[in-house]
Amino acid sequence: MSDMGITLNDYLILSTIIFMIGMYGALRRKNLLMLFFSTEIMLNAVNIGMAAISKFHGDLTGQMFAFFIIAIAASEVAIGLGLLVLWYKRNNNINLDSLQSMKG
Amino acid sequence: MESYLYIALFAPLVGSLFATLFSNSPKKLFVGVITSALLIVSLIASITLLMDVYLTETIVHVRMLDWIVIGNVDIPFGFVVDQVSVVMMVVVTIVSAMVHIHSIGYMDHDKSFNRFFAWLSAFVFSMMILVMSDNFAGLFIGWEGVGLCSWGLIGFWYHKEDIKRSKNIEESPYSTLSPYSSKSPSWAANEAFIMNRVADLGMLIGMFLIFWNIGSLQYNEVFSKIGTLDHGLIVAIAAFLFIGAMGKSAQFPFNTWLANAMEGPTPVSALIHAATMVTAGVYLVIRANEIFTVVPEVGYFIASLGAFVALGAASMALVATNMKKIIAFSTLSQLGYMFVAAGLGAYWVALFHLATHAFFKSVLFLGAGNVMHATNDEINIKKMGGLAKHMPQTALIMTIASVALAGIFPLAGFFSKDLILEVAYGSHAYILWTVLWITAGLTAFYSFRLVMYVFHGKENYDHNKVHPHETYPFVIAAMTPLAILAICAGWFEHQFVEMVTKVLPPLDIHVSSLTFYTLIAVTTAIALGGIIFAVVKFKKDGTYYSEQMKDRLCYKILANQYYLPHFWEAVVTKPYAKLSEFSWKELDLKIIDAIVDGIAKGIYGGGEAGTSMQSGNLSKALKWMGIGIFILVILVVAFGNLK
Repeated sequence: MSDMGITLNDYLILSTIIFMIGMYGALRRKNLLMLFFSTEIMLNAVNIGMAAISKFHGDLTGQMFAFFIIAIAASEVAIGLGLLVLWYKRNNNINLDSLQSMKG
Repeated sequence: MESYLYIALFAPLVGSLFATLFSNSPKKLFVGVITSALLIVSLIASITLLMDVYLTETIVHVRMLDWIVIGNVDIPFGFVVDQVSVVMMVVVTIVSAMVHIHSIGYMDHDKSFNRFFAWLSAFVFSMMILVMSDNFAGLFIGWEGVGLCSWGLIGFWYHKEDIKRSKNIEESPYSTLSPYSSKSPSWAANEAFIMNRVADLGMLIGMFLIFWNIGSLQYNEVFSKIGTLDHGLIVAIAAFLFIGAMGKSAQFPFNTWLANAMEGPTPVSALIHAATMVTAGVYLVIRANEIFTVVPEVGYFIASLGAFVALGAASMALVATNMKKIIAFSTLSQLGYMFVAAGLGAYWVALFHLATHAFFKSVLFLGAGNVMHATNDEINIKKMGGLAKHMPQTALIMTIASVALAGIFPLAGFFSKDLILEVAYGSHAYILWTVLWITAGLTAFYSFRLVMYVFHGKENYDHNKVHPHETYPFVIAAMTPLAILAICAGWFEHQFVEMVTKVLPPLDIHVSSLTFYTLIAVTTAIALGGIIFAVVKFKKDGTYYSEQMKDRLCYKILANQYYLPHFWEAVVTKPYAKLSEFSWKELDLKIIDAIVDGIAKGIYGGGEAGTSMQSGNLSKALKWMGIGIFILVILVVAFGNLK
């Protein structure tokens, strides 16, 4: 299939590693901006996986889905960043721990 | 005749339900009047049935309702009026009707007047079920019903405090010299109830054995098939049934409840603890005579126990000064007589003594009630004296009853009691005869000791506080029929025998007429001897026991009821209380409660710990989500069907 000995597994491993990095960031970072970055990293890790599997199966659906994800991620970031700016203007920080209005 | 049966049975129930409506309201005279009137209706219906059964010899047998009908099990609410049960019905209704009327006077000032009549009529209804049922299950319902009503009536003054325990023989609740009948009414009520439950377990086992082996509890079916069973099995059935009878009739070793039951109002003692309920045990043996006839060895045991109780109870009555306890012991003693007769196979003699005893003993108790009423509830016979001139009618009636109890010709007790002695002699049970003969003398003595102390001699009561007076005329009028029956009930022996031997086996005793008259003479002699001794000694000394005598051991043993209450307390009550405390503190609190509490605490603690998840902090929530996903992934890998 793919040349130079790069197999599907390699892509999937890459995807997993990137996803893990993104997840670690989402869990550890307190800065909301960093959280967005981490989310993007995770989404793109999934995109890599989708695209690789799509190529592997010879089915374009996966790659199409990846495009959708990119589009949605873009709009999500746009809205998210807009909200973030508003939040920063109001509270003067973007620390996650200050976002606590629904305490159980 | 069926309608008469239903009237006799249900009139007391109607009265009871009616009185229940007013049980919490202040005294209303019409409650007493209406319940008494309904009892008289029941009495008239019973007498009609008696005449019908006697004259036409027809047995009324009705099946009122199905009760338990499952597969082969068929237990109905059925009632039978035959020669035996009709006698009981008449005895029960006569005594209860008169006791109801007497109670209107006796309970005059009691604030729970209405409640009293509700219980009393409920008792009569239960007793009627007991005697009229045509199967053991119905009998058992009545049996438990009378037990319940007895509990409610012994503990009628349940609000009285427990008295303090005392070693002093004049104060101890277990001594017959103290003014207390027991620790408290509620204590006595519980004692009676619990002791009876213990004995009833025996009776239940007997009934189970019957049902198991015969497949029915109907009297006629059981009695027709009982002979086909194994002999050992019949012995077991008879023995277990008799254990139930021992409890209800307060035979040794279940006897202590009866003396303590004297805490109840005196009409209750007259009705329940003298005339009717305590004779239910005798009735059971008479009713189930076809079981007991097959196993004479159980019969001998019953007779021996009866004689033992007759003598033991009579001896306790010798020294007692608690008036009601004296009469209670005398009841116990006479129940012993009945069991001797029943045990020796002379069932109709037992029934005859049961009937005559009901009349003279109930009237004796009612008289004691009048005396207590007149002396501000004094119960110590030594603190009375000379009451005959203040209350002549009560004195006359109680003297008649005592003569009847002593068994002097021609009063009722003579016919029935003499017959029992004759049966004992004729069955060659000479030891039993001797015991009963001695008891007859003791009975005469203690009865007249009581009469002398109460009605004659010097006035020992406090003249400033006590102004003895005769009771209401209608109360005397209610006692009169019973007193008349105490005199003349024995005269109908011939008709009685003719009637009940249709159902009960005839007497199979052959004594020559010379022996017969000798026996009568000997028995009458000892009874008269007892009376004369009691009267003469009292006229001479004014007392019976000297001061040295009171220090002797035998006196103390008798006054403490052979230490039997102490024995029960030490052997059963206290260890049981210890055991209960152990189960409470060690088993219940430390094991069962600990497990239940542990579960609750675990859940509660888990919840408490889990609240940290709900901190509202997004990064913590994300962490939990990550953990959740991780766990799900592991689960998918572990259990998912991945190729």
